[in-house]
Amino acid sequence: MNEHSNKWIGQRTIRPDGADKVTGRAAFGADTTMPGMIWGKVLRSPHAHARIRSIDTSKAESLPGVKAVVTARDIVNFTTDKPFILGIQDMRWMCRNVMAREKVLFHGHPVAAVAAATEEIAAEACKMISVEYEVLPWVIEIEDAIKPDAPILHEFNKLDGKPSNITGKLEHKLGDIAAGFAQAEVIVERSFKTRPVHQGYIEPHACLVSVASDDKTTIWSSSQGQFMVRAMTALLTGLTQSDIRAIPAEIGGGFGGKTIVYLEPLATMLSKKSGRPVKMVMSREEVMRASGPTSGSSSTVKIGATKDGRIVAAHGIYYLQAGALPGSPIRGAAGCSFAPYDIPNVLSQGFDVVSNRSKVVAYRAPGAPIGAYAVECVMDELAVALKMDPLELRLKNAAKQGTKAAHGPVYPRIGFVETLEAARAHPHYKAPLGKHHGRGVASGFWFNAGGESSAQVNITEDGNVVVMTGHPDIGGSRAAIANIAAELIGIDYKSVSVLIGDTATIGYSNMTGGSRVLFASAMVVTQSAEKVITILRARAAKIWNIDPDAVTWEDGAARPAGDNAGKFAPLTLAEIAAKATETGGPIGAGVQLNTTGAEGGFATHICDVEVDVDLGIVRVLRYTAFQDVGKAVHPSYVEGQMQGGVAQGIGWALNEEYIYNRNGQVDNAGFLDYRMPVCSDLPMLDAVMIEIPNPKHPQGVRGVGEVPLVPVMAAIANAIHDALGIRFYSLPMSPPKVLEALDLPRAAE
Amino acid sequence: MAKLHVTTTINGDPVEFLCEPHHTMLDVLRGSLGLTGSKEGCGSGDCGACSVTLDGRLVCSCLMLAAEAEGHQIRTIEGMAEGEMLHPLQQKFLEMAALQCGICTPGMLVAAKALLEHNQEPTETEVRYWLAGNLCRCTGYDKIVRAVLETAAEMRGAAR
Amino acid sequence: MTDIRYLAPRTLDEAVGAFAAAAGAARILAGGTDLLVQMKAGTVSPGLIVDIKKIAEMTTIEETADGGFCIGAAVSGAVLGEHPRFGKVWPGVLEAVNLIGSTQVQGRATAGGNLCNGSPAGDSVPAMIAAGAIVTVQGPKGRRQMSVEAVPAGPGRTNFAPGEILVAFTLPPRPKGSGDAYLRMIPRTEMDIAVVGCGVSLTLEKGICTAARVALGAVAPTVLLVEAAAKALVGTKLDAADLDTAAAACSASCRPIDDKRGTIAYRTKVAGVLLKRTAAIAADRAGKV
Ligand SMILES: Cc1cc2nc3c(=O)[nH]c(=O)nc-3n(C[C@H](O)[C@H](O)[C@H](O)COP(=O)(O)OP(=O)(O)OC[C@H]3O[C@@H](n4cnc5c(N)ncnc54)[C@H](O)[C@@H]3O)c2cc1C
Ligand code: FES
Ligand code: FES
Repeated sequence: MNEHSNKWIGQRTIRPDGADKVTGRAAFGADTTMPGMIWGKVLRSPHAHARIRSIDTSKAESLPGVKAVVTARDIVNFTTDKPFILGIQDMRWMCRNVMAREKVLFHGHPVAAVAAATEEIAAEACKMISVEYEVLPWVIEIEDAIKPDAPILHEFNKLDGKPSNITGKLEHKLGDIAAGFAQAEVIVERSFKTRPVHQGYIEPHACLVSVASDDKTTIWSSSQGQFMVRAMTALLTGLTQSDIRAIPAEIGGGFGGKTIVYLEPLATMLSKKSGRPVKMVMSREEVMRASGPTSGSSSTVKIGATKDGRIVAAHGIYYLQAGALPGSPIRGAAGCSFAPYDIPNVLSQGFDVVSNRSKVVAYRAPGAPIGAYAVECVMDELAVALKMDPLELRLKNAAKQGTKAAHGPVYPRIGFVETLEAARAHPHYKAPLGKHHGRGVASGFWFNAGGESSAQVNITEDGNVVVMTGHPDIGGSRAAIANIAAELIGIDYKSVSVLIGDTATIGYSNMTGGSRVLFASAMVVTQSAEKVITILRARAAKIWNIDPDAVTWEDGAARPAGDNAGKFAPLTLAEIAAKATETGGPIGAGVQLNTTGAEGGFATHICDVEVDVDLGIVRVLRYTAFQDVGKAVHPSYVEGQMQGGVAQGIGWALNEEYIYNRNGQVDNAGFLDYRMPVCSDLPMLDAVMIEIPNPKHPQGVRGVGEVPLVPVMAAIANAIHDALGIRFYSLPMSPPKVLEALDLPRAAE
Repeated sequence: MAKLHVTTTINGDPVEFLCEPHHTMLDVLRGSLGLTGSKEGCGSGDCGACSVTLDGRLVCSCLMLAAEAEGHQIRTIEGMAEGEMLHPLQQKFLEMAALQCGICTPGMLVAAKALLEHNQEPTETEVRYWLAGNLCRCTGYDKIVRAVLETAAEMRGAAR
Repeated sequence: MTDIRYLAPRTLDEAVGAFAAAAGAARILAGGTDLLVQMKAGTVSPGLIVDIKKIAEMTTIEETADGGFCIGAAVSGAVLGEHPRFGKVWPGVLEAVNLIGSTQVQGRATAGGNLCNGSPAGDSVPAMIAAGAIVTVQGPKGRRQMSVEAVPAGPGRTNFAPGEILVAFTLPPRPKGSGDAYLRMIPRTEMDIAVVGCGVSLTLEKGICTAARVALGAVAPTVLLVEAAAKALVGTKLDAADLDTAAAACSASCRPIDDKRGTIAYRTKVAGVLLKRTAAIAADRAGKV
């Protein structure tokens, strides 16, 4: 930790990319063109589940204006018997997700793609491709998919020797739950259901790809990782990584949904075949049908405590929908759900279930909100049963430094207790409530992440600073990096320009996801800046002809370390830069690291709701989120992460869901009927940042992006219970569901 | 297919273009006119990312045929700043971090400007309902609403 | 690809001529907030688009000598909202028209399009029916008038003869002591299609309801004029018990479907709830003490 007072770290500076973004100049995924560019479109499956007997593209190919057609034959096949892991993805599933191979597995699954002179011709050509399908029985919901007679999506997947839709399992264990529950005096056990929800980024997936005749490839696309785009596209097309230059466009929201490729490999093959740059942009409908939501779930949570409120055992079982191909975030659900608490006996189990809906992909703290919804609702019931205040119950069992978590770690200094104490002391917690109003609280945890990161810090000839990193900036990370570089080098933040490099200009950097970006990039930028300062001191030493150790760097200038070093007027960055050529050449330094030490993030939320008891409508009246943010390098964008996560959680809790029709097709594949929160649905969202610095990070940074979504659904469910005395065990808590429950005759709780 | 020839005014400049009859204003802005500041989040009127004004009235450019621009005045995000001078809303959005990814920002700004031209003293509720057709998934709207309210207050102060 | 033509005639006769000549392949373009969405989705692909916004008669609002209103079919919600008098006389109709979509949609969308689109959930339709509005239509065979409730034929269909265009709505003059209101149930606060909509218009004389019209949206294949509910209100003081009776009549009249926007049970129940709330607002506006 830097103990000196901060000039820039913690300031609400103006983001480096800001002016471009408020004037419409910033170039997002769909905003570029290339000379000779043509358009690609995807033909998608009309069936939820079918075997592909044959595909005839000849008619489409002969339509004037059509330049290329690709099918699964043009995409590298990763055979189902051999796992091929890239990051958290398995290329066996990726290759089948970007283009259906043996079978179509969901309505909207790509079957072929066409590139043509115009979008209209490409769309027309798609209609001229004839696909012969053998339609198969399909299954959408978890309960149906795990029935013994369920239609099987992947015959090769076996459970206990029999084909099954359960495609993965995971278990975290601590102590002995049987012994733990035997000690318990109060036990609450409940089952919960959640629906898949979409990340809802406003920018649809888009890319522009140019493959030259020597295979030199440029990919311009909107993603959460240009290196992911390069690696996946290389694997799926057979190109080598060094031939691909993946350029990160400005990204219009991702929330995890842009951590895999959909269009890039198709556009690459279309460009390779046609010899022309190919642009592809998904429609909103395609985004909703075929890009990843997060899992729906079916879980059971059981928690036992002694009468004094000490939790002695906890058991969680989480079945998560993976969509059509394996890989749901069971680790997040099973790993995070009990992580806020110090519980001696824990069993937390996750099951991955496939069904005929689009493949899930990460969504803000993947899996954790699903687990927390169940656990935090049970905690609320437990507090009622124990006649304890729900924050007291959490405080009594809160994880602290030294607590051993079931998912593995022994916590270093963490700030969970502080979030609970801040919530308890906040005026919101005591504010009066009106009729049909209710208040709920809930907590949440996310692992956070480090991983690979690269940075380059260069001093310009006129004495300014250019910083380059490799993680796409989705929410203002460039602003925070500018603050850090300005702080360390001791110059005005406006003298620092921060850029995101492409795969050819910056070293490998892992994706923007898992709340890793500022944690990791701050580390490499700090180390690069420190190297640069060392160089600057050496240059000053050379100019003064003294020992480099006799030079210090303060306030943006080299100074003699003390009277013994000699009497010299300070040399500013600009003065040293001007003499760079004579003193040894250009000044700059880069660092590439696999960063570690990302410690978990915790939050506690308070939510007030009002229920219209005649219509079943729930409105959020007031919301306050308390979070251990480590160090808020740029407080506005930390608050922004918290507020954005809460808003997404409110949508998840109250209205968002996919509605399937009788043919296994999504019936509400658009914003109008998917119902994300609009501006008038929400109150101001108060973000209370609690700064317990991460001891393992130079600025004390913890990830902040994921945690804010984790507690929301439970906080709202608990608030509704407070208002109505009714508990809801499934999401969304939409008006018909709420009204139906209100109309049921109720036994006193 | 016979293309239509359209003469219109965009951000104060005379503009002529050719379009297909089914092309939307957004198609033409983003396509042949290269004004990609207006974004397409849905193409169906639901997100407001494509917001422009037509003779001063806020509309979704994805719900307007390009042919309908004939003889009218269109303003887009590209016409919001005056030369080097950002509009007070643009400046306030930067200062108050009212954008995260920034994809909704052009539409939000165009819509907010139309609000302040129509109502110099909007309440929070009025801001929220006026902007209800502009989806933002990143910010939870908090900082956007605050930035609009604060800009309105400052503009009133400056006008006094 | 279908070949599309675009026309923006300046007179109604030209519009009717071109529309009728295209014999079914043509679509009228008012605000386009339904038509363009449907074209994009591929559910309609017209051969000819006839834009009616350049026709003077269709874009004006006129207060008639007797105190009624004549609203051109191409008047947008935003323009109607800016009229100095209309909202004072017909606050419920204006609320309903102004509930259609976002500010952006309001800048374009028309009550005419809302009616002609034929959605049972169109917000302005129940309010117009409750108001007793009449439409003027013009076709190859000339002009005629019909009540708004006679227009919808089923989801997406109207009772217009081939080639007929909706020209204007006429709202009758208001007797003293009248009030109208429109409420809808949507899950969010904005940007949703009505799960149920309810329009009420009534007249009070010395505290007694002497006339009432009630219409419900999104509870049947077309917007319903619920005469039983109106009957339950007329002759009463609109006390809680009277509203309960009318609410029951509303629920009984529902023939809804289960769809992505709501369930049968929910819509049926909500129809009654909305009647009570809407009638209370209308009564208040009519001067109920
Ligand atoms: C984002 C969004 C939100 C919406 N929210 C709502 C809502 O809350 N409530 C609601 O009710 N609707 C809503 N709608 C639907 C739509 O805006 C309304 O139905 C609107 O009133 C349609 O009017 P328009 O002038 O835009 O119609 P257009 O799209 O121009 O026309 C609609 C149909 O009517 C025909 N037509 C139009 N005028 C005439 C005429 N004069 N004679 C004959 N035929 C004609 C057209 O050919 C077309 O088939 C929404 C739409 C969008 C995109
Ligand atoms: S793109 Fe026009 S409203 Fe979404
Ligand atoms: S800032 Fe990303 S959608 Fe608004």
